[in-house]
Amino acid sequence: MTFEPTRGFTGRARAADRDPRLPPGQYDAGDGWPVLSAEVTPRLAAADWTFRVDGLVVAPHTWSWDEAHALPASEYRGDIHCVTSWSKFGVRFGGVSLDTFLAAARPLPTATHVVAYSHTGYTTNLPLSDVTDGKAWIVWEYGDGPLPAEHGGPARLIVPHLYFWKSAKWVAGLRLSDRDEPGFWEQNGYHHRGDPWAEERYAGD
Amino acid sequence: MTDPQSLQERFVPPTAFAVPGRIEVSNRSAAVWQRATVVEIRRETPLVSTFRLKVPDWQGHLPGQHLMLRLTAEDGYVAQRHYSIASAPDGSGEIELTLDHVPDGEVSGHLHTVAHVGDTVEVRGPLSGFFAWPGDRPALLLGAGSGVVPLMSMVRHQRLAGLDVPVRLVVSARTPADLIYADEYGDEATVVLTRSEGRLNAAHLAPFLGAEGQPEGGWEAYICGSNGFAEHASQLLVAGGQPVDRIRIERFG
Ligand SMILES: Cc1cc2nc3c(=O)[nH]c(=O)nc-3n(C[C@H](O)[C@H](O)[C@H](O)COP(=O)(O)OP(=O)(O)OC[C@H]3O[C@@H](n4cnc5c(N)ncnc54)[C@H](O)[C@@H]3O)c2cc1C
Repeated sequence: MTFEPTRGFTGRARAADRDPRLPPGQYDAGDGWPVLSAEVTPRLAAADWTFRVDGLVVAPHTWSWDEAHALPASEYRGDIHCVTSWSKFGVRFGGVSLDTFLAAARPLPTATHVVAYSHTGYTTNLPLSDVTDGKAWIVWEYGDGPLPAEHGGPARLIVPHLYFWKSAKWVAGLRLSDRDEPGFWEQNGYHHRGDPWAEERYAGD
Repeated sequence: MTDPQSLQERFVPPTAFAVPGRIEVSNRSAAVWQRATVVEIRRETPLVSTFRLKVPDWQGHLPGQHLMLRLTAEDGYVAQRHYSIASAPDGSGEIELTLDHVPDGEVSGHLHTVAHVGDTVEVRGPLSGFFAWPGDRPALLLGAGSGVVPLMSMVRHQRLAGLDVPVRLVVSARTPADLIYADEYGDEATVVLTRSEGRLNAAHLAPFLGAEGQPEGGWEAYICGSNGFAEHASQLLVAGGQPVDRIRIERFG
């Protein structure tokens, strides 16, 4: 696609020295970490947080905060991208790989998709293949500290290779299914998958 | 084992927030970039201006929706940002955006300092049905700074369409000079000036909450502004008894 230039617009960053870590249409939020959620931030105590995997699995299971913390630790260091156009480089999240939870629940061969849902009721859909093989985590640390409540603490899902609305805050569970069922933003006009490098922002992209 | 039957219906998590979207979103209009011409620029406050855009193929919108605006440089560099639609749906083929001049802001800076009438920009939308208000339920609107923009679209819609449904707007600004759309507020509005009277507090909201203040069926609450304002206002509403699943929040980042 070619776009007609806007008279007089030069832009802060030049296309030539654009950071290669930036997907198309994104800008570097620098030290900022904007909060974008449509809901009231829940005051969810760590002791009340649980995480469940069920649906098309052999062994549905719910983990408490302590049980989840007893699993082998894993971390993500890298970039994150929000559909509202900001990206953030070199962040660190600490928690447990989603593979560890899924290994315990044992997905059935028929499972192809998941709905991730939050303690608040927020939902988002993902192909199972987008949350397996080291691509997704349940995290409770940001940098060296606990994950702040407005960013999804005590614990959230992160799926950093997709736009961040897929990374459900205050995550409560995953339900595995044999079909793709749109979640909250997907029912409100957003793309089903949300790959930032393909600019899958809205339905129809 | 899993009951296969239960997977046939939409999965609804057993939780409080499950606020449904308000409208069917048109995928077609959301996906297409359109050229829009600036037909008017109006100063609202020293740091805020309204940009009226002619969008030849505009499909219409509901109050509360936003769009994405894109600027392209000669060398192909693009910058895009979300902006709420300020105008009521009026079928004119023109829409208004109201922008804060963010210091150093790439997109808002260009529009405030370089753009003039006759220039073109590109827009796609309207986007997202979640924050939309079709005018069907009593609405309690809380906004701060430019967060009043999508709420004003709702107030304008209520007036233009002559709707009976109650609408109350609580708008917060630092000083009278910072108050956007100051001349347009009527009986439905409560203005909170934070520089002189402190920030929004429970007393400002008390008249609208509790058994006395609620309309029949209760309010649908809409909060818009910075994240700090959204956190504060939403906690006040919850403390005042407004159900969390009747609170919609639009954060400008
Ligand atoms: C759904 C939605 C609706 C919105 N509606 C409105 C609206 O109706 N009206 C409105 O005014 N805004 C609205 N916004 C906010 C809007 O999208 C933009 O964020 C805002 O206009 C700032 O964009 P900008 O390009 O001018 O600033 P940016 O260039 O993005 O800068 C924002 C801030 O970051 C700093 N910054 C960014 N990059 C750098 C850098 N490289 N170096 C130094 N500092 C930097 C700037 O100094 C500035 O303080 C909305 C946002 C959302 C998500």
